[in-house]
Amino acid sequence: MTEPAVDLRPPQWRVNPRARWYWALLGLRAVAVAAVAEFIWWIADSGSRTPHYALAAGSVVLAAAYLLVMPAWRYRVHRWETTAEAVYTQRGWFTVERRIAPVSRIQTVDTERGPVEQLLRLAHVTVTTASAAGPLQIHGLDIATADELVERLTATTQASQGDAT
Amino acid sequence: MTDPVSADPVSAAPRVAGTEQPWQRLNTRMLLVHVVTDLIRAAPALIGLLFAGSSSGRGPLWGLAAAGVAVLTAVVRWVTTRYRITASQVQLRTGLVRRRRLSVPLDRVRTVDVQATLMHRLVGLTRVKLGTGRSTSEKEHHLTLDGLSAGQAERLRNDVLHGPAAGADAAHPTEWSEHPIPPRVARPDEELARLDLAWIRYGPFTMTGLITVVAVAGLVWRVVNEAHVNPNRYGAVRAARDHITDTAPALLALQAVAGLLVLVAILSTAGYVLAFWRFRLTRAGDGTVHVSRGLLTTRATTIEGRRLRGAELSEPLLLRAVRGARLIAVATGLRVGRGAERGGEILLPPAPRTVVLRVGAAVCASGEPLVLAMRRHPAAALRRRLTRAGATVVVLAILLSAVVAAGAAAQALIAIPVAAVLLAPLAVDRYRSLGHGVAAGYLVVREGALVRRRTALGVDAIIGWNVRVSFFQRRSGVATLVATTACGRQKYRAVDMAADEVAGFAANGTPGLLTPFLVERDVPGANE
Repeated sequence: MTEPAVDLRPPQWRVNPRARWYWALLGLRAVAVAAVAEFIWWIADSGSRTPHYALAAGSVVLAAAYLLVMPAWRYRVHRWETTAEAVYTQRGWFTVERRIAPVSRIQTVDTERGPVEQLLRLAHVTVTTASAAGPLQIHGLDIATADELVERLTATTQASQGDAT
Repeated sequence: MTDPVSADPVSAAPRVAGTEQPWQRLNTRMLLVHVVTDLIRAAPALIGLLFAGSSSGRGPLWGLAAAGVAVLTAVVRWVTTRYRITASQVQLRTGLVRRRRLSVPLDRVRTVDVQATLMHRLVGLTRVKLGTGRSTSEKEHHLTLDGLSAGQAERLRNDVLHGPAAGADAAHPTEWSEHPIPPRVARPDEELARLDLAWIRYGPFTMTGLITVVAVAGLVWRVVNEAHVNPNRYGAVRAARDHITDTAPALLALQAVAGLLVLVAILSTAGYVLAFWRFRLTRAGDGTVHVSRGLLTTRATTIEGRRLRGAELSEPLLLRAVRGARLIAVATGLRVGRGAERGGEILLPPAPRTVVLRVGAAVCASGEPLVLAMRRHPAAALRRRLTRAGATVVVLAILLSAVVAAGAAAQALIAIPVAAVLLAPLAVDRYRSLGHGVAAGYLVVREGALVRRRTALGVDAIIGWNVRVSFFQRRSGVATLVATTACGRQKYRAVDMAADEVAGFAANGTPGLLTPFLVERDVPGANE
C-alpha cells in the first residue's frame, strides 16, 4: 500500500500575542519556586557558601535563557484551527504536539480563565473526546475569540448524534 | 450455579413499567463475606496475638483494632447502600456522611463483569461491575454492586446486554427475585476457546509468582515480627543460617537465585491454574463475547459485540521465548491499564501463539491484522533506542563510580559491563518491535520490549490523532503518531515512524478527517 506524499500543514491561526506574557508569567512562577528552594537551602546550610554561589549563578543563567526563549518559542508554535468537521491544534515548544479530533467525537468544550489569564484578558479552551488520551487545549485566546469558538463547537456538537465513541 | 431460595418480599416485587421501583439492600449474606474477609486480612495480627499474648507489645492490639474498624465500616457500608434497577437505569445510593447517588442508563453499559471470590461463592453471591466507558472521570466509569445473588447477576447481565425484555416472555413478568431464571432460548453459543491443560506449561513463564513471593515474604515477616517469634528457635531456620555462613558467597548467590527461580516458577503455575481454571471464551449469536474462568475466585466478563473494536496480542519476553502469547480485548468501556494480565479484558490466557492468532482472527473477523508484515521504522529509531541504552549505562557508570569513590567495594563496578551487555540487545529488540500498518479495516501498531504488544484497532474506533515530535525526533526525521480512542489503553502509538510518512498514513486510516490540513509535498526531482 502506497501512501500519498503529503504533509500536515500547521493550523492556520495564531493565538493572541499577549499569550507571550502569559507564558512568561507562568515561567516566572516556576523560576520563583526554584529561587525559594535555593533560599531555604541558603538558610538551612551553615557550611561553605561556594556551592550556593555556583548553583545560584547557574540558575540565573538558565532562568534568564528560559524566560527569554520559551515564551517566544511557544508563541511561534502555538496555533489552532477549526473546520466544520475537525478541531486541529499545535502546541509545545521543545516537543511539538499536534492534535486532531473530529467535531463529531467531541464530548465537552470548556473555556477557563485562571488568575494570570484574567490579568491579561485571555482565556483557554479545552476540548475533550471520549478518549482519556489527551484533550485538545488552546491557550492564550482573547476572550471574544474563545467565547465564539466555544459557542460554535457546542452548536455543532449538539447537532451530531451518537455517543461519540 | 443455582442459588438457595430466600426471596425477601421486597426484591420479589414485579417489575412493571411505570411503577416506582423500591430501593433494596444488597444481600444480607454479604455481611458474612465482609466479616470473614476482614478477619482473614487481619490474620497476621491475630496469629501474633495468639503466640505472644496481649501483654507483650501493642502491635497486635493495633492490628486487632484495625480489623474491628474494617468490619464496622463494612457493616455501615452495607446498611447505607441501597440499589434499584428500573426499566432504564441501575441506581446506587451509598454513604453515611457523604451520600452519593450513582445511576447508569442500561443502554450505556458496555461490559458486565461478574466476579465471585471463594467467600462469595460459599454463600452464593457475586460482585457485579457495570462498565460504561465514560472516561471523563476515573471514578464514574463503572458501577459496582457487591452482593447480588448469582441469579440476579445473570438476570442483570441479560437485561443490560440484550435489552430488558430479552430475559422473559410476556406471560412471565420480569422480576428481580433471587430465583434462578429460566434459561434463555438463544442460538447456541460458539465456543472460540477453552483451557487446554497443555497451556499450563506456559504458567512458569508468566513470572506472576514473583509478586506472590514478595507478598508471602512480607506476611511471614509481619507474623514473626508481631508474634515476637525468635526464628533461631526452629531447627530448619538454624540449619539454613549455618548453611549460609558455611557456603562461599558466589555459590550461595547461585543457590539463592536457583531456589527463587524454582519457587517463582511453581507459584506462577499455581497462579495460572487459579486464575484460568475452566477458562472458556464464547461468542453469542449477536456477537456478545463472554469469558469465564477461575478456580477459587470465579470471574465472568461479558463484552457487547459492537463494543469490541479490536484485539491486543501481548508477548512478555519470557513467553515470547517459548512461542506463547496472550490476547487482550480492545473494547469501549474496558479501560486497560496495569495488571491487564489479570483483569476483565483478557480474551485468552498465556497460550500457544498459533491458538492466540486463531482466536484473534475470530475476534477481528480477519486473520490479517495480527499477522500483517508491518512497515518497519527508519534506522533513526534504532539509533535513538541505542542512544538511550548507552545513556543509561553512562549514568549508571557515573553513579557507581561515585559510590565506589565514597568507599563501597570496587566489585560493584562489574554492574557496568553487565548492564551494557543486557541493554544493547534489549535496545535492538525494542527497535525490532516497532511497526505500523493498516489491514482489513484495522490500524495495526506494535511496540515494546519486555512486553511486546501488537494492537489491532478498528479504524472506526479512532477518535483523533496526536502527532508528537520532540526536538531530537525532529533532528532525526522521526515522529510518534498516536491514535486516540475510547477503547482499551485509550491511545495506541506508532513510535518513531518516519516523519514524512505520518500524514499519509493517518490520512489513509481515517479518510477525510485530515484532508483540509494536508499539503502536497514537493517531491525532489518531480519538477525537472
